[in-house]
Amino acid sequence: MTIRPATRPDAVGGLRASVAVSAVSAVNRVSRSLGRGSGTVAGGRAGLAIDPRLLAVLASGRRVALVSGTNGKTTTTRLLAAAVAGADPASVVSNDTGANMPAGHVAALAGARHAPVAVLEVDEGYLGRLVDEAHPEVIVLLNLSRDQLDRIAEVRMLVDRWRSALGRLRAPRPGMPATVVVANADDPMVAYAAGTAPEVRWVGAGQVWHEDAVGCPACGGRIVFTDDGRWACDRCEFSRPVVDADVVGDELVLADGSRHPVRIALPGQFNRANAGMAAVAAQVLLEVMGGHGPDGGPPALDLALGRLAGVTDVAGRFSTITRSGRPVRLLLAKNPAGWTAIFDLLDETGATTAPVVLSVNARTADGLDTSWLWDVPFERLAGRTVVATGDRRLDLAVRLRYADIDHTVVDGPLAALDHALACSVDGVTTDFLGNYTAFADLRRAL
Amino acid sequence: MSASAGRLTVCVVYPDLLGTYGDGGNGLILARRAGWRGVDVDLVQAPSDRPLPDADLYTIGGGEDGPQVRAATTLAEEGTLVRRVAEGAVVLGVCAGFQLIGRSFPDASDRPQEGLGLLDVTTRKGSGARAVGELVATPVGDSPRTGRGDPLPRLTGFENHGGVSTVGPGSRPLAAVTRGVGNGGGDGTEGAWSGRVLGTYLHGPVLARNTALADLLLGWALAPAGAPVGTVAELEPLDDADEIGLRSERLEAVDVAGTVGWRSVVDRMRSWR
Repeated sequence: MTIRPATRPDAVGGLRASVAVSAVSAVNRVSRSLGRGSGTVAGGRAGLAIDPRLLAVLASGRRVALVSGTNGKTTTTRLLAAAVAGADPASVVSNDTGANMPAGHVAALAGARHAPVAVLEVDEGYLGRLVDEAHPEVIVLLNLSRDQLDRIAEVRMLVDRWRSALGRLRAPRPGMPATVVVANADDPMVAYAAGTAPEVRWVGAGQVWHEDAVGCPACGGRIVFTDDGRWACDRCEFSRPVVDADVVGDELVLADGSRHPVRIALPGQFNRANAGMAAVAAQVLLEVMGGHGPDGGPPALDLALGRLAGVTDVAGRFSTITRSGRPVRLLLAKNPAGWTAIFDLLDETGATTAPVVLSVNARTADGLDTSWLWDVPFERLAGRTVVATGDRRLDLAVRLRYADIDHTVVDGPLAALDHALACSVDGVTTDFLGNYTAFADLRRAL
Repeated sequence: MSASAGRLTVCVVYPDLLGTYGDGGNGLILARRAGWRGVDVDLVQAPSDRPLPDADLYTIGGGEDGPQVRAATTLAEEGTLVRRVAEGAVVLGVCAGFQLIGRSFPDASDRPQEGLGLLDVTTRKGSGARAVGELVATPVGDSPRTGRGDPLPRLTGFENHGGVSTVGPGSRPLAAVTRGVGNGGGDGTEGAWSGRVLGTYLHGPVLARNTALADLLLGWALAPAGAPVGTVAELEPLDDADEIGLRSERLEAVDVAGTVGWRSVVDRMRSWR
């Protein structure tokens, strides 16, 4: 499909696209008035039903950045949007509600027709479609590990799909610059997928979860990790790429040796890694957009790092609320890698006896299968007051029993939180950790 | 409990290759349930780059196509598992682990790969969609019996596989499917077993929801040395309130979903944002 650059969908897509855009906002209004959330997905679906090319039409004429991966998508998208927008939030449109499939992209884009930049979080399974239809300037690839296996099948199938999608970037449209892929060099699955892309900035962003990356995606050999996070296949030549930037503690260290502080308001090493990836991607976009000197370089990078430092929470995640006079931190994690990273965060930032509420659902958006709970190292919660809740609190209870963790099962997220708060002491923050819809349930209940 | 019940080694086979669906939990559950009964138990995670240790009870989990072939090849080459089964060891294979202890299974390109032949089961690629969802199966006359000679209670779990398995005359089906797909060959069977080797498509992991099956495997493994195959050591009961709660909740959810089809629709609407 050839899309001429334009900012108005009716100029490029004709009457059909114009009707489709109206449908998006009409359905969204109806959906909102019926109380079905923000209605972003419903409107986008309606628009795409009327005009299947609507995503391409709405994306054309903008600078587009895509963010995908198993964990950290929403946070990194938020950080990247902040880094690019600076003092002008209206200049960037983003699907910041987490609706990360094409219907969500269409809804977001239709809602901000004149924003020159789009920063889009993309579900791993839809990266290929977004690459083909949105013609991104930059693509951020964070990590790939097991998540929602009932829906998107297996990690290696995803890697193969990413690989072929990124390979298509080798034939860019005439007159357009090549898309830059910003990829996590510490994840062999990401490294293999990005290997087909014409231009890659490799970032050493770390990887807490290696269990899905032991079999070499290139040859079926064995990936061997060393303690410093480097890795190589024991059979073929596939190994960790030489990085352009490395996230080391709270600094981003470039290949030229320069060090740039990553001082963010969000907690946890994985968020500093997300910030490092976002900053490198923002640098690419800011340079393409101009105004940062001929060589771009550190000034754009430091500008980005300064801007994203101001992000304090991401759709409620990492935020701290007060209930019954005591602080409660709200955390979201969806899969073994995410929960493991959050346990790191708990150890890093809290008292090791602080109460924690665990809430797990298994609705469509979460994945229907709870087997992943057995890959989460709940043993690490020893010494804490643990309360289990959510639709699948009984699955949690059995898992905690075999992890030898004393726990209480409470029906309902608020009741569970209050139970934990009753066990807390002054000055200690209680953590609430939920998976996708469990987190949303608590936010609605508060 | 028999005299030989004093020691037990439980081995999780190749968690680096076959651990996609939380099936490592089966090893943990077996080890804990033995330990709670005073058995001196070793739980060993055996990576694929080292010789497989001698154990009394092996669990083999689910995995992706490439790692499954690698695991089958490595196990066949290094020989410990087949030897230990001949010596009386117990094996639980789940999903990809079930397929690879059979006679043959398909690789990613649908070429048949040789399995370990511990079960008379042949797996081919299914022609339709993957079998994904809750699976309930009721033990039948051919199913293994507990120590008291009773049939196992209904089995509950989650299945996620593209393979279709056929049980040959050398093994017997584990149970009859009452909900879900199971082996998928049209005969309504789920899983297979013979001797002290048992395979199933149920994960979740399977032993978290089916403690009777966990105790059957332990009973086989703890039977006195030299006892006829099929002897089940008697184990003292445990307080399984958590597991019983989970079991009933899952079986009930499936029963409700079976009679009222709108449940998943409501679920989907809830997830709209």
